[in-house]
Amino acid sequence: MNKQSNTYTVIYIILLVVVVGTAMALTALALKPSQKANADADKMKQILASIKITPEKADIIDAFNQYVTDQYVVDSKGQKVESAVKAFDVNVAEESKKDAADRLLPVYESTVDGAKKYIIPVYGAGLWGPIWGYVALNDDRNTVYGAYFSHQGETPGLGAEIAKPEFGAKFVDKQFFKDGEFKSIAVVKAGNKPLNGEDYIDGVSGGTITSKGVDSMLRNCMSAYQEFLKNKQ
Amino acid sequence: MAEKVTNKSVLFNPFSKNNPVVVQILGICSVLAVTAKLEPALVMGISVIAVLAFSNVVISLLRNTIPTNIRIIVQLVVVAGLVVIVDQLLKAYAYEVSLQLSVFIGLIITNCILMGRLEAFAMANKPWPSFLDGVGNGAGYAIILIIVGFFRELLGSGTLLGYQVIPQWCYDHGYVNNGLMILPPMALITVACIIWVHRSINKDLQED
Repeated sequence: MNKQSNTYTVIYIILLVVVVGTAMALTALALKPSQKANADADKMKQILASIKITPEKADIIDAFNQYVTDQYVVDSKGQKVESAVKAFDVNVAEESKKDAADRLLPVYESTVDGAKKYIIPVYGAGLWGPIWGYVALNDDRNTVYGAYFSHQGETPGLGAEIAKPEFGAKFVDKQFFKDGEFKSIAVVKAGNKPLNGEDYIDGVSGGTITSKGVDSMLRNCMSAYQEFLKNKQ
Repeated sequence: MAEKVTNKSVLFNPFSKNNPVVVQILGICSVLAVTAKLEPALVMGISVIAVLAFSNVVISLLRNTIPTNIRIIVQLVVVAGLVVIVDQLLKAYAYEVSLQLSVFIGLIITNCILMGRLEAFAMANKPWPSFLDGVGNGAGYAIILIIVGFFRELLGSGTLLGYQVIPQWCYDHGYVNNGLMILPPMALITVACIIWVHRSINKDLQED
């Protein structure tokens, strides 16, 4: 058989692609359930991290069911939506790109030491890829109880520092509202102050664009919740 | 190479005399990207060893059937398929690590060492030597990755594998982490220093 003929070449590459394609599809299908379970457990872990609960890997689902007492979806007017999707399954990435008025806004309620906390997911863009997080608010729906941030591919040692608990801890006791008006919490360069008198924290040095990403992520995502948060004030 | 090619030399040559990074200057791109911390460098090294060894074997098995005019495409398809499978496996069984490495696993496809070894070795050798060649070159790459990661994390963050190594005492007396070490240019300079040391030891590698 002539291995340099066009027919041979075309048949060869078609066969190869079909074989490799099948192998990839089969792996993806076979591993999907455990990948989904991993991703769900990871999401639960992140939500729990915002209320400073860090269970062992095996206990994540139990801890989630224990601490997260309720979850629901609200709209931009602060009303609960009877939507088909559970709060846990709302794709925050998609929602954060829509107009604030059209968004489905998931809220997780949790009880820690007898006090109610509201956990709100946020999603935005860093330097290299998406960043996201969970912000836990106290019962006043204003003061931060805890925050957790993560990222897909920020620079290790620089932007990636936002995923460290120390970064989230900076937000504790900061407030999103000033005199009943939504101001967000600014992330600024160390030594600087924001212009509008809002609460602020220092960004990561060397991670300026990621820090700005966190800042605009909070503004974009949290402002959509302002009616819901105001209900309590 | 004039010396006789034995399985042993195929496996161990890439560690030093024929190291893909410091002698052949291949795969520099990922050395810059993943070495700011030691742990991702370690996992990246292991992943590259796995992908390189298996793609070498697959290409070596197919070597007599591959039409020469599309051999690069065939190599790419095999490597890409393997990388996707490794990525999927990591997501299913080592989720935390896969999150850390994120895009870099996918970028193994573009690692010059892979195409280099497939083209230079697997296309012309039997599967077992090809497997050893893959493991050897992967390990040669991993060693450099680990050395660079070690120095960058130690000097840049004062930690190793996330554990604080430089004592608080030093910071109290005015020691500061070198922020420059975390930035990509310092990876290049660190690699250059390794090449410098390596060539001073191995005089036969020095060029005029």
